Amino acid sequence: MFLPVTLQLLSGFAETVKIFALTLIFALPLGLVVAFGSMSRFTPLRALTRGFVWVIRGTPLMLQLMIIFYGPGLLFGLPSMARSTATVVAFTINYACYFSEIYRGGIESIPKGQYEAGQVLGMTKPQIFFKVVLLQVVKRIMAPMSNEVITLVKDTSLARIIGVYEIIWSGESFIKKGLLWPLFYTGAFYLIFNGVLTILFGYLEKKLDYFRG
Amino acid sequence: MALLEVKNLKKGFADTDVLKGVSFSLEKGQVLAIIGSSGSGKTTLLRCLNFLETPDEGQVFVDGKYLTGTNLSDEEIRLNRLKFGLVFQNFNLFPQYTVLENITLAPTLLKQGNPQDIQATALRLLEQVGLTQKKDAYPHQLSGGQQQRVAIARALALSPQVLCFDEPTSALDPELTGEVLRVIRGLKDRDNTMIVVTHEMEFAKSVADVVIYMADGVIEEMGTPEQLFEHPRSEKTRSFIRGAQQAF
Ligand SMILES: Nc1ncnc2c1ncn2[C@@H]1O[C@H](COP(=O)(O)OP(=O)(O)O)[C@@H](O)[C@H]1O
Ligand SMILES: [Mg+2]
Repeated sequence: MFLPVTLQLLSGFAETVKIFALTLIFALPLGLVVAFGSMSRFTPLRALTRGFVWVIRGTPLMLQLMIIFYGPGLLFGLPSMARSTATVVAFTINYACYFSEIYRGGIESIPKGQYEAGQVLGMTKPQIFFKVVLLQVVKRIMAPMSNEVITLVKDTSLARIIGVYEIIWSGESFIKKGLLWPLFYTGAFYLIFNGVLTILFGYLEKKLDYFRG
Repeated sequence: MALLEVKNLKKGFADTDVLKGVSFSLEKGQVLAIIGSSGSGKTTLLRCLNFLETPDEGQVFVDGKYLTGTNLSDEEIRLNRLKFGLVFQNFNLFPQYTVLENITLAPTLLKQGNPQDIQATALRLLEQVGLTQKKDAYPHQLSGGQQQRVAIARALALSPQVLCFDEPTSALDPELTGEVLRVIRGLKDRDNTMIVVTHEMEFAKSVADVVIYMADGVIEEMGTPEQLFEHPRSEKTRSFIRGAQQAF
């Protein structure tokens, strides 16, 4: 029994990993764009971005998932997206907003002197950001980012609500066959995955240990 | 013609006028020391020269070139900055780069030559500030005095026409100020044009060609070290210098 159950859970887990990976790929850079928006000197853009982040962080991800999946059809009669696409869209928007706040905190914590040193050396703004500030920000946000990323692994289970066949659902599907343990067994997948991520983040933090700042 | 000409520079923040019309000029190879009590506007003056602040009024010329137009683009401001260098009170080295990389970063990004030449220049500057053996160290592994010497080499790497120092030894333990002042003294011998804001009166006296005493956003008195320290004309200057000397 163990092997077939494991194999089936693995197929659900593949979907879980896919949501996780795609969300990171899109939300990590998008979060930076949102962060710049929320720090913009142009007040309307800053207000709009901060308002948006407030809404996204202030409402449940599960609700956002449902709105993005059912909303276009119910409101405008549009065909709805594929379930997995809707999931990645909702997760990307949600996580980009969380990341943006972490980025913003990190960017604002870099001493003004670092920017000014770059400026008096004649560097352009993008050069200062990418060559001077960014790595220092990365180092400072490592801990909160690892928290968010680990939360994301577990949040993928919310996709179940719009019928995405991720690992929780594949575990649940055994219940009607009278098996409860596969559902609990899914926990092991999350644990191992997060264990690997924890080790990875530990490694990255160590990598950045060579400087203080 | 003077290398640097500053005319009637004014700068205020919100409700305070910090610089109330500062004018002076500096010949190539001269060292100008600026003294004055805290809050008199010395840092603001250097920041205006380095375009970290935009003056409200007044003009700055380097080599006859007018730099302080209105509505300058970011790019024009950036190019203007290259005329000046600034060494900060608290160094502001880039922590993630080695000593050598701190020096080569800007010249590399600004494509000021091929990598070998930039590297060679950086090594020569490191030798000049006496830190060759620290080239692969990271800033946090250095003492304050060493960090400041790296910061000086970093500023020199872009060959600014006027190098400014904002209290370069104020953040250092007393026993480390000597090594930094020695380096600055060495730069004078190499004909660098410099502006040094300092509280080190003995240093100002011995290195400067011109000394400015600033008070309340104006130049209260300007002259040779001899004039200013030995025969101050203004009562304010006299009492400041007396106070500074008693501090030792
Ligand atoms: N960015 C700023 N905003 C408001 N006030 C400032 C700013 N920078 C400097 N000041 C004020 O300008 C005055 C002169 O400051 P500063 O140039 O740093 O003097 P100094 O370097 O001679 O001590 C101080 O009163 C200071 O509070
Ligand atoms: Mg100052």
